[in-house]
Amino acid sequence: MSIAATLSDRFWRQPRLLLALLLVPPLLWLGVIYIGSLLALLLQSFFSIDEFSGLIKYQLTLKTYGELFRPSNYDIIIRTTVMAALVTLASIAIAFPIAYYAARYAKGRMKVLFYVGVMLPLWSSYLVKVYAWKLILAKEGIITWAMTGLHLQWLLDAVLALPVIGGNSLSVSYIGTFIVFVYVWMPFMILPIQASLERVPATLIEASGDLGAEPGQTFRHVVFPLALPGIVAGSIFTFSLTLGDYIIPQIIGSSRLFIGQAVYAQQGTAGNVPLAAAFAVVPVLIMCLYLWGARRMGAFDAL
Amino acid sequence: MRSDAPAPLSLRLAATGGLLFLHLPILLIFLYAFTTEERSYQFPPPGLTLQWFAVTWNRPDVWQALGLSVKVATVSTVLALILGTLTAAAVSRARFFGRETVSLLVILPIALPGIVTGIALRSAFNLADIPYSTLTIILGHATFCIVVVYNNAVARFRRLSGGMIEASYDLGANAFQTFRHVILPNIGTALMAGGMLAFALSFDEVIVTTFTAGQQQTLPIWMLEELVRPRQRPVTNVVAMVVVLATFLPILGAYYLTRDGAETAGGGK
Repeated sequence: MSIAATLSDRFWRQPRLLLALLLVPPLLWLGVIYIGSLLALLLQSFFSIDEFSGLIKYQLTLKTYGELFRPSNYDIIIRTTVMAALVTLASIAIAFPIAYYAARYAKGRMKVLFYVGVMLPLWSSYLVKVYAWKLILAKEGIITWAMTGLHLQWLLDAVLALPVIGGNSLSVSYIGTFIVFVYVWMPFMILPIQASLERVPATLIEASGDLGAEPGQTFRHVVFPLALPGIVAGSIFTFSLTLGDYIIPQIIGSSRLFIGQAVYAQQGTAGNVPLAAAFAVVPVLIMCLYLWGARRMGAFDAL
Repeated sequence: MRSDAPAPLSLRLAATGGLLFLHLPILLIFLYAFTTEERSYQFPPPGLTLQWFAVTWNRPDVWQALGLSVKVATVSTVLALILGTLTAAAVSRARFFGRETVSLLVILPIALPGIVTGIALRSAFNLADIPYSTLTIILGHATFCIVVVYNNAVARFRRLSGGMIEASYDLGANAFQTFRHVILPNIGTALMAGGMLAFALSFDEVIVTTFTAGQQQTLPIWMLEELVRPRQRPVTNVVAMVVVLATFLPILGAYYLTRDGAETAGGGK
């Protein structure tokens, strides 16, 4: 009997053997390279840096985590979390009508058009998208041109004069950072919402109307609760991706840091790898809290 | 929740507006690739020219970055295809202890923020004294590409009926013949779609790459460098346009390959 046939017989008699053979390579890869790396990160965050020599002290300590609570570092964490929450809310507001239309009204060609229309921006190059907004938000760019053309220059100036969120031009303000975050991560919200809406039976909406509900009431009490799992699923992406981004605020935004930039700066120029690691643990913890909260709200029950 | 009634006007406006918001900025990239303005992002462009395409064509650094990106994406895609298909086969064929953990493990590299994956890999390479090279970039890319192949393959495996595999055995085929003549033709398009998406994902990745690359520049790293410290803006404009066109092809290809299935490729990035 050939080797292939012998092996086949053994696979047939012992399905566990085949299963083990299938699982070993991916588990080794993910276990060693990925989980190993995460553990290395966790370990690094319990080291500290010697203030005089600047070298890493390989002794377990909580000192580095303590540094996160210094006002300047704490501000970074709050700023990033607030931004992630705002970006998520704006993404829901923009994504919902697209998903609702695609799920309820689009048919045939229109449906394909919507799908491809969401897929292309979702998958097209991240940096190109950021770059496009650099062109748009620049002082000499299309927004200034349009505002001048419409004689609304005063409005743009008034917005830029706002404290905290304003700035010299849109491309160096929080408003700019916010717009680009929404633009880049919002497509991740559309497909999960659309998927949850597709599962809502049309009869349910008709029944709600027959029982005397206004369209607004039907939306609030029937459609929205059923779409919630999709919204939560999408918000996990927008929230997590905003928390961990360091390129968008670096290219478009003020000089005040976000968590991702802090991680990048600490491990690079500052050479403080333990603090960078501790900073990187923060978004992981926030995401765990977020998922736990979503679960308590019952958002996963309907899935 | 299909409805045959026409959509309310406000909903139509909001949906159209949302889609325009997604597409107009990308279209603007195409216009800027032809501008004659060199120093600023002036709109409207003072004039249009084709000269920057020639300039970009003759830039060795662009070609080098493109070459490295293609190499990294190709190797990562091949690795992800193997590992993703193996995981999908195991998870969809059998119920075993820790099955949920395995699927979670596959998804984790893209569920966690990119910066976490990036710094985690970097600290591991540091602790293990592995020098940064093309290899370290590939290690990172293959890790987060697995999930794309996995998602496509697992959906297809679920549709593949177990009876067909048993019939193949009954007719005397061994496990390898069954794989070659029954399973592979059935999952082929799903794998191809997954591979295209994995390639696109790797080709475009920048956040993890900045942590795992040494001195080498992939195309996204080259672009990032130009964004932070612009040297020749028109060249960046041209590269940006080419990148947009180049990523559209695999995405449309993946969509075309899986459009008849219940699970269309690319739904879960």
